[in-house]
Amino acid sequence: MSTIRIQREDFDVSAETEALTKSRHDIGAVAAFAGLVRGDGGLTAMTLEHYPGMTEREIARHVAEAETRWPLFGVTIIHRIGRLLPGERIVLVAVASSHRAAAFEACQFLMDYLKTSAPFWKQEERGNAREWVEARTSDDKAAERWRRE
Amino acid sequence: MKLLYFAWVRQKIGRGEEDLALPAGVKTVSDLVAHLCARGGGYAEAFADVKRVRAAVNQDHVGFDAIVRDDDEVAFFPPVTGG
Repeated sequence: MSTIRIQREDFDVSAETEALTKSRHDIGAVAAFAGLVRGDGGLTAMTLEHYPGMTEREIARHVAEAETRWPLFGVTIIHRIGRLLPGERIVLVAVASSHRAAAFEACQFLMDYLKTSAPFWKQEERGNAREWVEARTSDDKAAERWRRE
Repeated sequence: MKLLYFAWVRQKIGRGEEDLALPAGVKTVSDLVAHLCARGGGYAEAFADVKRVRAAVNQDHVGFDAIVRDDDEVAFFPPVTGG
């Protein structure tokens, strides 16, 4: 079972992990990653734009791949869009499995692909200055290591 | 076809989407970029450094050698920066 949501509103990490495990007794591990807006370098706000339709499709494709690679019982991915302030949550990837290794690895796999393939773009605000964030090669490398020969 | 632009590609072109009848001689994403560039202005600016632009056809990431058809949805955008 997987849930993918793109939304303006904030999310509740514990309510989302609770929903993943509710009324099940076979889940031994939930790994949840939450990404926040970092307010360093004088950042005052960040605006996230996405490609509706393709975003959900790209994420679903990688969730399906994660499900073939690890024995997963549930995945929840929430990504916020719109204008966010430092300290606000941007993204949640929560993965449930019977054991921790699968949960940790699948969570990291999904996050790495979210950063390099899901069509989101960040624009940073520093006072009156606005600047689009450049993609990082370190993110490409992080996703690269999951590629199979 | 439907064309979509995102992030700074959208800003340079000055619109988020438009309809276009497949121009004669346009077979690939690369041909389409050349056609749009020839319009000059914001289009030429958006595609000035084509290595900085990515494309999707019908919501799948593609290379610039991908084929485009008249009923396709083609999007242009910078490398993604979500998460």
